[in-house]
Amino acid sequence: MADMATREAYGKALAEVGADPKVVVLDADLAGSTKTGDFKKVYPDRFFDMGIAEGNMVTTAAGISTCGKTVFCSSFAIFASERACEQVRNSVCYPNLNVKVCATHAGLTVGEDGASHQCLEDLAIMRTFPNMTVLCPSDAAQTRMAIKAAAETYGPFYVRLGRMKVADVYGEFGQDVPFQIGKANQLKDGKDLTIIACGIMVQEALEAAEMLKAKGIEARVIDMFCIKPIDREAIIAASKETGLIVTAEEHMVSGGLGGAVSEVVCEEAPCKVVRFGVKDQFGQSGTPKALLEAYKLTSADLADVCEKAFANK
Amino acid sequence: MTQEEEKKLKLFAANVRRWVIEAVYRAKSGHPGGSLSCTDILTYLYNNALEVSPENINDPKRNRFVLSKGHCAPALYSVLGLKGFFDINDMPKLRALGSKLQGHPCMNELKGIEMSTGSLGQGIAAACGMAINAKYLDKTDYKVYTVLGDGEMQEGEVWEALMAGAHYKLDNFCVILDKNGLQIDGKVEEVMNIGDIEAKAKAFGYETRVIDGHDFQQIDAAVNDFKANAGSGKPFFIVAKTHKGMGVSFMQDNPGWHGKNPNDEEYAKAVTELDAAIKALEV
Repeated sequence: MADMATREAYGKALAEVGADPKVVVLDADLAGSTKTGDFKKVYPDRFFDMGIAEGNMVTTAAGISTCGKTVFCSSFAIFASERACEQVRNSVCYPNLNVKVCATHAGLTVGEDGASHQCLEDLAIMRTFPNMTVLCPSDAAQTRMAIKAAAETYGPFYVRLGRMKVADVYGEFGQDVPFQIGKANQLKDGKDLTIIACGIMVQEALEAAEMLKAKGIEARVIDMFCIKPIDREAIIAASKETGLIVTAEEHMVSGGLGGAVSEVVCEEAPCKVVRFGVKDQFGQSGTPKALLEAYKLTSADLADVCEKAFANK
Repeated sequence: MTQEEEKKLKLFAANVRRWVIEAVYRAKSGHPGGSLSCTDILTYLYNNALEVSPENINDPKRNRFVLSKGHCAPALYSVLGLKGFFDINDMPKLRALGSKLQGHPCMNELKGIEMSTGSLGQGIAAACGMAINAKYLDKTDYKVYTVLGDGEMQEGEVWEALMAGAHYKLDNFCVILDKNGLQIDGKVEEVMNIGDIEAKAKAFGYETRVIDGHDFQQIDAAVNDFKANAGSGKPFFIVAKTHKGMGVSFMQDNPGWHGKNPNDEEYAKAVTELDAAIKALEV
């Protein structure tokens, strides 16, 4: 498959799951950007633009879902998870309604729009809500699986999607991408350390593992696309079998994937955990590539962090 | 509405008020003031407009009611209990651990609750979603009613939802404002004046009525106007002027009774007044 942003894969997947007449989609004036417009083209009667009012969009979605519908609603991650945060908590998660918050333009790779639009806290926030399932797919094929799972599984979902085109992680699997909620995908085995990544960092982790291999370090790579419920067994096994974990995410190092993995490690199988991500700072304008370099989030940076951590293991 | 029907509603409402006081007294917490101000509106809706019962409450075509001012759950619970949705004698379990009667309405705990509310501004938006579902998705003619408080009008989401209701031409959507003029910190006009609400609702594209929210004839006329409004493409907004604490002399129009339970002496006094009202109506 050609490189494709996960938001683009989302639009295509929505048009696919839209074959179910119970599927309804809401957007907040960003249908062209979030790609919900792809659904609107096929099913205009089940698409509602709620205007620039994200909190109201989420609560309206909740109201529609009480009538037996599966409601997807989208905006940029910063607005879906933070502007509408309390609506997601009180009107979706608390009543356990069938609403899927699919948030695009997450992370620094929004690019030129800058810090106000670069959401780096959503995983930390969304994974604390009871009833919520949190997914962060790494490529187009996995995004399709995530959206199918969200459509077919009752309850609140938060799906984190990106703006930037990403390479295939699961290209070789065709339509049979391994996908089970709560079960991580181990993409590469290794004995020296484990990189647990999500989203665009999965590709970086695979590249970092190759760089480490050249230096004689064998890294296990796990795609933790399901942030909640998290695959505790995969984390425990990584700790016990490799003795060192590096988490990698395009998100604050606090509270998100790094936080979730650290919690399991502390409780069940202590080992050193190094959190690779954005460190208590806001983003800024720039191309996605320039930003990943400036914030030291490239595969080379990850390999470097892993190498140093391994040296001190 | 005949005088006999009106008297029946008055008696029902007096019993609702009696259970509100009982529950808030037993729970030693809750919101009596706003519960008593919206009691007559809820009494009318559940007896004369909604046509819902424990038997048809899962019917996809049922009319819906959402209490957007969720803190007035004691009034809604009393109405639902008296309509047979649960044993009314459970009212003293209000706010107790493990109770179906949560401090604010929880749709997964109690049959008859259409939406979990409590965070102000969200109930109206959820109700708007239900009206969108009726008009555009299920293409059925059920109506959706929601009751808001006037303090709640200060929440931005209320205006977002009102805008959406007009944009989607929800002539099946009836917003009722329980305008008792008081909120926790004092008079609404002093805390944050909401101004001329009828003019604002009109400007947002709503068909409006201003009524006395304790007069069943006026509530009846306004709701009938709403029903006759079907096909107009305009949502409906009823400004119901009410008194906070209505029916209990010392609570009436007193912001101090927003979220406070009566002590033993106050409870006895309220019960004496309400029992006398019930007795007078039972004759």
